[in-house]
Amino acid sequence: MSAEPAGSHPQPRVPGGILVRAESLSFAYGPEPVLLDVGLEVRSSEFVALVGPNGSGKSTLLKLLLGTLEPGAGRVELLGRTPRDVDDRWRVGYVPQRPSLMSEVPATVEEIVAAGRLRRRGWWRGMTSGDRDAVGHAIDSVGLGSLATKPLHELSIGQQQRAFIARAFAGEPELLVLDEPIAGVDAESQRRFRDSLVHLIRHHGAGVLLVSHELAAVADVIDRVVVLKRRVVFDGTPAELAERGVSLGIHRDDLPLWLEDLR
Amino acid sequence: MTAALPLPYPFDTADAQRAMIACVAVGVFAPMIGAFLVQKRLSLIGDGIAHVAFAGVGAGLLLGVWPVWTALAFAMVGAVGVELLRLSRKAAGDLALALFFYVGIALGAVFASRAGDVELETLSFLFGDPYSVTGAEILTIVALGIGVMIAMSVAGRAMFAVVTDEDWSRVSGLPVGPLSVALAALTAGVIIAGMRVVGVLLIAAMMVLPVASAQLVARSFRGTLRLAVAIGAISSLVGLTVARPLDLAPGGAIVFVAAAVFAAVSLPRRAAPRALQQEAH
Repeated sequence: MSAEPAGSHPQPRVPGGILVRAESLSFAYGPEPVLLDVGLEVRSSEFVALVGPNGSGKSTLLKLLLGTLEPGAGRVELLGRTPRDVDDRWRVGYVPQRPSLMSEVPATVEEIVAAGRLRRRGWWRGMTSGDRDAVGHAIDSVGLGSLATKPLHELSIGQQQRAFIARAFAGEPELLVLDEPIAGVDAESQRRFRDSLVHLIRHHGAGVLLVSHELAAVADVIDRVVVLKRRVVFDGTPAELAERGVSLGIHRDDLPLWLEDLR
Repeated sequence: MTAALPLPYPFDTADAQRAMIACVAVGVFAPMIGAFLVQKRLSLIGDGIAHVAFAGVGAGLLLGVWPVWTALAFAMVGAVGVELLRLSRKAAGDLALALFFYVGIALGAVFASRAGDVELETLSFLFGDPYSVTGAEILTIVALGIGVMIAMSVAGRAMFAVVTDEDWSRVSGLPVGPLSVALAALTAGVIIAGMRVVGVLLIAAMMVLPVASAQLVARSFRGTLRLAVAIGAISSLVGLTVARPLDLAPGGAIVFVAAAVFAAVSLPRRAAPRALQQEAH
């Protein structure tokens, strides 16, 4: 964000702009297969939504893509390498599903978001004014500017979730991975969330992989929808999904139910 | 030792002045690490490591080595061991602690019983004896404390990220394992620094109680850290001041003051919502 000179867009540093690619990926916990022959790709400036019913393997797929799990078969390339070999991890932003953070000690929005900057500058280095600008910019972009110095536990759930999104933004990632980030979040937070993702994609050329059941707020900016039920049963534009009888807008309230019928 | 500085009672003797320096130093450094342990929900790890340190004391007495060195070695091994057990997920955080806790105290008792007539020395490590702290020990305490401050100024921000959200930190590529082990090693260092002052049984309290009070008042992590350090230092000074005229165990008096601060801070806060409700009616 602001650490780049105004107007300069970071050039994709991966061949073909492919940020993450999974090829014939399979995984099992014990004898029960969780993922079967899954393929997926996210490129620069692309907004991909990953949907599927509970137990469809979404979270497992994310873990494989991020390298916290090793695939049983198939391969993953993150930024052109196996996830384990990606040492410039700051290029990947991550917003966890239910943040494990329930701070015992009060921590402000600023303190939480600043953590997102650590990997980019080297965790042992002090904050420069450029880092502070990037943190401030990330907080503003999710609409928490006036709450930056408030302790997190005084914020609503939606505002807290926006702080975690800002933490991912602060590292100015090339790929942003979000796991159910807007579950149970208020309308204002959803709108802010959409705007900040659009900003990241259009102005910074980042690719976004969003796992969510609630796609209505972002339906108009999604490039591709991937429907997962252990295997990929659909991969195409929202318009193509509508042709198969599922509209992200009309079926917003019970999307998982409508996806049941996709084969 | 050097002559005493002209300070008023109860700090008029050289022994009392050395005790004051040692106690205040521990009061400052212990909560600095404690804040990270509380945030990590491992408030009791200090106690676990202190029990292992006690095994080291026993080993030192048995072998005729200065027990501070053996305690430091045992505490470091114990601290790193607990952390590795937890990180490998072979045992949950509190179970890993319990394992080290019990083995530590058992070993300490066995070693000390074989060492012969060392009850007094054993007691001084269990409950602390700041008035007998030597100049060399003060240097050790201050050096360990400075080491803690340097480590925190370099790694404090990353440690905050790790203790606040370990899973996210791992995905983000922070060195979660090395930072967790480093925090455990720093915990061991502070325990050894404080062992001679407030004792193995109470040093962990100085890591946690000031933080418990500070987090009720402060509104940021940084603010909590600063306030906890201030409360730690003041508790040490006040505890030591009342201990001598009343002939109390200094370690116990210091921890009691820190606990009293917590009571003073937490009780009005609990009463506050009720007062507000009454206003609303």
